[in-house]
Amino acid sequence: MRSREPVGIAGYGAYVPRYRASTASISATWRPAGAAAAAVGEISVAGHDEDVVTMAIEAARTAVDRSAVDPATIGAVWVGTESKPYAVKPSATLVAEALGITPGVVAADMEFACKAGSEAMQAAVAFVGAGMVDATLAIGMDTAQSKPGDALEYTAGCGGAAFLFTPAEASLATVEASVSHVTDTADFFRREGASYPEHGGRFTGEPSYFEHTLAASRRLLAELGAEPGDFAHAVFHQPVPKFVLRAATALGFSHEQIGAGLLAPRMGNAYAGSSLLGLAAVFDVAKPGDRIFFCSYGSGAGSDAFSFRVTDRITARRQGPAVTDYLDRRREIVDYGHYLRLRGKIRRA
Amino acid sequence: MDLPRYHRLRSAYYRLEGQRCASCDTLQFPARARCGSCGGNAFEDHRLSGRGTVYSYTEMTQAPAGFPPPYLMALVRLEEGVLLAAQLTDIDAHEVEIGMPVEMVTRRLREHGPRGFLVYGYKFRPLLGRRLVS
Repeated sequence: MRSREPVGIAGYGAYVPRYRASTASISATWRPAGAAAAAVGEISVAGHDEDVVTMAIEAARTAVDRSAVDPATIGAVWVGTESKPYAVKPSATLVAEALGITPGVVAADMEFACKAGSEAMQAAVAFVGAGMVDATLAIGMDTAQSKPGDALEYTAGCGGAAFLFTPAEASLATVEASVSHVTDTADFFRREGASYPEHGGRFTGEPSYFEHTLAASRRLLAELGAEPGDFAHAVFHQPVPKFVLRAATALGFSHEQIGAGLLAPRMGNAYAGSSLLGLAAVFDVAKPGDRIFFCSYGSGAGSDAFSFRVTDRITARRQGPAVTDYLDRRREIVDYGHYLRLRGKIRRA
Repeated sequence: MDLPRYHRLRSAYYRLEGQRCASCDTLQFPARARCGSCGGNAFEDHRLSGRGTVYSYTEMTQAPAGFPPPYLMALVRLEEGVLLAAQLTDIDAHEVEIGMPVEMVTRRLREHGPRGFLVYGYKFRPLLGRRLVS
């Protein structure tokens, strides 16, 4: 897919909370001594005063600050998440209010499991590319939910990123093309009223993550007439590091190409924030002229793939905290009980 | 806090919007009916930068209902000269120093039980990276 008018990203911002829980502390509670190590060493955990709204506001402020765009020209704000603070009440209106851009703005939350953030990106490209508005903010952010003791708890992290889309001439990276690939696949879901998501175990791999990630990626490459070797960086959704390595290898991307955007080993899987945060980390290091390959995955299921080309403006658009600044300011949570309390998993009434 | 009051305070809570006195140019936060400097009653809205330094602080261990202790309260001197009271976040008591640079972040201030509305507002945390004015 391509928009009528060329579109790009004028500003980007990331957020990762400072708390880290070691997966060894989760293992010590739930698994027998001597069990194999978890897929990641530690996961990022939101503080007691943080949620998707507060994290989205910070990422959005950084994106707008970096963009040199007048906030008054932002015509739409979409927050993609599966951990909204309110089950009914938009997060996006609060983000818009904090940016001071209400009331003349389109605002809504998007839902597509871990693909909700890239869904917002697709819509953002269309709104700007059609000339309906001058700028749109697409955010993917999660405080990833998981049942105590479940396999997901060892990887469920918190974080995400925001991207401000504008006409290409003002951008730090232009959008070359995008595709979407969806089917009805119930690999992971949360029913109304349920506190935690359920998942299909091994079913979340082959017919789900790999099927959609590989299909969307191959379709985008075919549409562009491009080869994996044409890209300086590639970013994928990151449920566990080995899924990313396997998908990248199957497509023909090297370990070097996925290195900058692979954050799961340091913070786990931030669900709808995962692939967008990887893209933000790539923007932190990309050079003018670089092409960036991006492919999300969301259960339910589908993938959005994008190709970006970095412009000369990137070097002047990196003020404010980099993804590594957030990852480096870590505060370890020593015990599993403190982790449960911060994640709201202890019911007192 | 009741819902209508929270609604009226959004611009101050989310964006640190205060006032500039039309007669003497003094900035004040939060908004008040009269200028604390000259007594004037005409103002224009003024959005504060959110950057400042810790003027003083204390650790709250006996806290009012709805604010789980311990937490840190500070007086923050903003770049514009305004002094305001706010919680510090993302920092432990032994790490705070008088004069340390801090920046405004929007955080969840309290919730009214598991079914009630959430109150979001400003806190301050140690400066992280260089932020431009938005």
